[in-house]
Amino acid sequence: MELFFAQLLTGLANAATLFLVASGLSLIFGVTRIVNFAHGSFYMLGAFIGYSLMQVLPGMFGFWLSVLLAGLAVGVIGVIVEILVLRPVYKAPELFQLVATFGVILVIQDVALYLWGADDVLGPRAPGLKGIVRIMGEPVPKYDLALIAITPFFLFGLWYLISKTRIGILVRAATQDREMVGALGVNQAWLFTGVFFLGATLAGLGGAIQLPKGGADLLMDFNILAAIFVVVVIGGMGSLPGAYVAAALISILNVFGVTFLPQSTLVLMFVVMAVVLMIKPYGLFGREEVAGEHGQVGEPERPIKPAGLKVRLLVAAGLLLLALLPVFGSDFSQVLTSDVIIFCLFAASLHFILGLGGLVSFGHAAFFGGGAYVAALLVSHVDAPMEIAFLLAPIGAGFAAFIIGWLCMRLTGVYFAMLTLAFAQLIWSLVYQWGEFTGGDDGLVDIWPSAWLNGTTPYYYFTLVFGIGGILLLRHAAHSPFGYALRASRDSSRQAEATGINTKRIQWAAFTFAGSLAGLSGALFVFSKGSVFPTELEIARSFDALIVIFLGGVKTLSGAVVGGASLEYAKDFLTRFEYWRLTLGLIIIFVVIVAPEGISGTLRKVAERFGIIRQREGES
Amino acid sequence: MIEVKGIDSFYGKAQILSDLSFSIGAGEVVSILGRNGAGKTTTMKSIMQLVRPRNGSVTFNGTEVVGLPPYKVAKMGLGYVPEERRIFTDLTILENMEVGRQPARKGVPEWTIDLLFELFPNLSERRNNRGKALSGGEQQMLTIARTMMGNPTCLLLDEPSEGIAPVIVEQMAETIMQIKKQQLTVVLSEQNLHFARLVADRAIIIESGQKRFDGTFAELDAQPDIQEKYLSV
Repeated sequence: MELFFAQLLTGLANAATLFLVASGLSLIFGVTRIVNFAHGSFYMLGAFIGYSLMQVLPGMFGFWLSVLLAGLAVGVIGVIVEILVLRPVYKAPELFQLVATFGVILVIQDVALYLWGADDVLGPRAPGLKGIVRIMGEPVPKYDLALIAITPFFLFGLWYLISKTRIGILVRAATQDREMVGALGVNQAWLFTGVFFLGATLAGLGGAIQLPKGGADLLMDFNILAAIFVVVVIGGMGSLPGAYVAAALISILNVFGVTFLPQSTLVLMFVVMAVVLMIKPYGLFGREEVAGEHGQVGEPERPIKPAGLKVRLLVAAGLLLLALLPVFGSDFSQVLTSDVIIFCLFAASLHFILGLGGLVSFGHAAFFGGGAYVAALLVSHVDAPMEIAFLLAPIGAGFAAFIIGWLCMRLTGVYFAMLTLAFAQLIWSLVYQWGEFTGGDDGLVDIWPSAWLNGTTPYYYFTLVFGIGGILLLRHAAHSPFGYALRASRDSSRQAEATGINTKRIQWAAFTFAGSLAGLSGALFVFSKGSVFPTELEIARSFDALIVIFLGGVKTLSGAVVGGASLEYAKDFLTRFEYWRLTLGLIIIFVVIVAPEGISGTLRKVAERFGIIRQREGES
Repeated sequence: MIEVKGIDSFYGKAQILSDLSFSIGAGEVVSILGRNGAGKTTTMKSIMQLVRPRNGSVTFNGTEVVGLPPYKVAKMGLGYVPEERRIFTDLTILENMEVGRQPARKGVPEWTIDLLFELFPNLSERRNNRGKALSGGEQQMLTIARTMMGNPTCLLLDEPSEGIAPVIVEQMAETIMQIKKQQLTVVLSEQNLHFARLVADRAIIIESGQKRFDGTFAELDAQPDIQEKYLSV
């Protein structure tokens, strides 16, 4: 009982940070509709800036002043990001801003590396709150009690700001109908900036306030990201009390998990989220999202047509070049090109559900890594021949997509995205924590192809056939009745249903199909590398594919392939430099601002201007 | 007060307004009439800059507004009441009105929440109810009240009589007459000729995005063929 109570207190103390960071994310999403991937980076900056300030500001007063100043500093950084990076792309297609915020993550990672170095920083203890208090005989750090006491004030302050002040009223109005708020004389650009300031400040405060408990390191940005997404989704988008309850729930469960079921800690959070969303699809305190709100609908989609003769010839020439690569290229160029093809297939499979299906999945790596792990597990546990393992990988990944798709299909929009993320994390944490079966962090090694595929060139051809074959299969499906039905379901699900299309079933089928092709790319991957690690299931891997699709162009079929190839080659080149993340991040932000239609969409415009491909009828 | 000169407005690639010109004098109540799809709403939005005309000019008190963001147009004293009402359903009546609040303006009387509740007694009773709990008529009143909170010198009313009960329509006409007494300029788009006649001094008829008639209701009555051609269903 005593232990129980002490752990409850620890959980509540941990909830303070989670609540601060998650409420900032929730606010930003509510008003701007931007899922701010860089929110974890704001949190990390808060921790580092707070740490540096605490070195120069002494005493109890200095400590709390540092926390406050760190929050405000991160708020200002948030404003800079909003004005420089996001303002130019507010009008871009929905979710395109994601890519920009991902660029920001990369930039901040390298800036933090440069300023604070690669070593973890141990957070200073809070002056005056260093000791412990015995509660029912159990030691509880004083600082924990301080956090528990402070959090309700933050909750109340934020609640008051949002529900009682004019600013809060404007923010809530803008959440519902931005354009109308503008038509009533409110400069919504500054409203957005203000919300970004507040959201970033909260993340910075969260980072600084947890210093005595967790310190600061360069991995904290991604480490908290999944947790705050989960908190926001469980609590309900835009609900502050919801964020608090969810943060407390997750933190307390986590503390108990560590004690009683140490294997389950990572999995637990996502299981809770999945259960909550299946019972309450919009979170504990959330409301249903209204689709197609005023002034927030993008440009109409251009219909996708089968390629013309010129484009076909271009593609054929490209394929010929790829087929001849072993004749004139080095071994290294073959390996690199294999990687590119594998990645392109992975991205193209995500594009199938995202671009054509309109289903934004944040967890597509589950099927890429899933396919790789299916093959690897078969080889290492039952000594399956490579051919069988290779065949079963897409089937296994497809089966996983079938199940996850069924569970996620009831949700739409950002809730769907979050739930896919949660399931991907669930699979990741299973693999990560179930060491004796999956190898855990050490991965599975010695997964090589059969003798007849030994060597760089044979496997290069193998990759070429199955990789390009998969991409062409996706393309073919896009132009089949199945593809038409899928696009119809995306554009107008009601009308599609009225014409007899079972939209949910079509989307479910597409999700499964895309999952199995991602599994195919995973299988190609594992036999080319000879090993697989949990990183292939990580959020970062899912984001890679997302970035590529948006960079390449969501609305074009070739987008995923063009984007995938560009990113892989760029990465190969850039990773030779020390601050490659900074460079890549800046390039991504630059492309997002300059070419909001993506590389492929922009290339097509150029091609149309020079008459290389035909313009669509009725356009000028 | 408002001068519209030769505007062309588009939705994507479809041209909705072509070479539309008209002017509205200070203190006038003018009704823009036309069938569904004639371009009435687009005309209103083109004045408000919610739709940006590709060619032509719109001036308000002599200042060009084409190219300005809508919030600047609203701050100049143009009050817009949209057709679909677009109240903030999660906000209470009072909060909805707070969103529209702007400082008092020279030349027009200042509207306060109390004055508006006198004008719309129904809203007063339900001031702490959320927007989604209101009836269609109450929502329509709330959109007008919300816009009046900005103390506009000119009010753009997009189809205020649409989709509300006849009793409320009459009440609405009464309200507009009262607003008119406060020296406000009013432009209202309507399909309902009866309602337009009740409140407006002048009629502008548009069809396929072009002006077909501009004159008083007496002049319009003298040309039954025009009514037949552009207004009858």
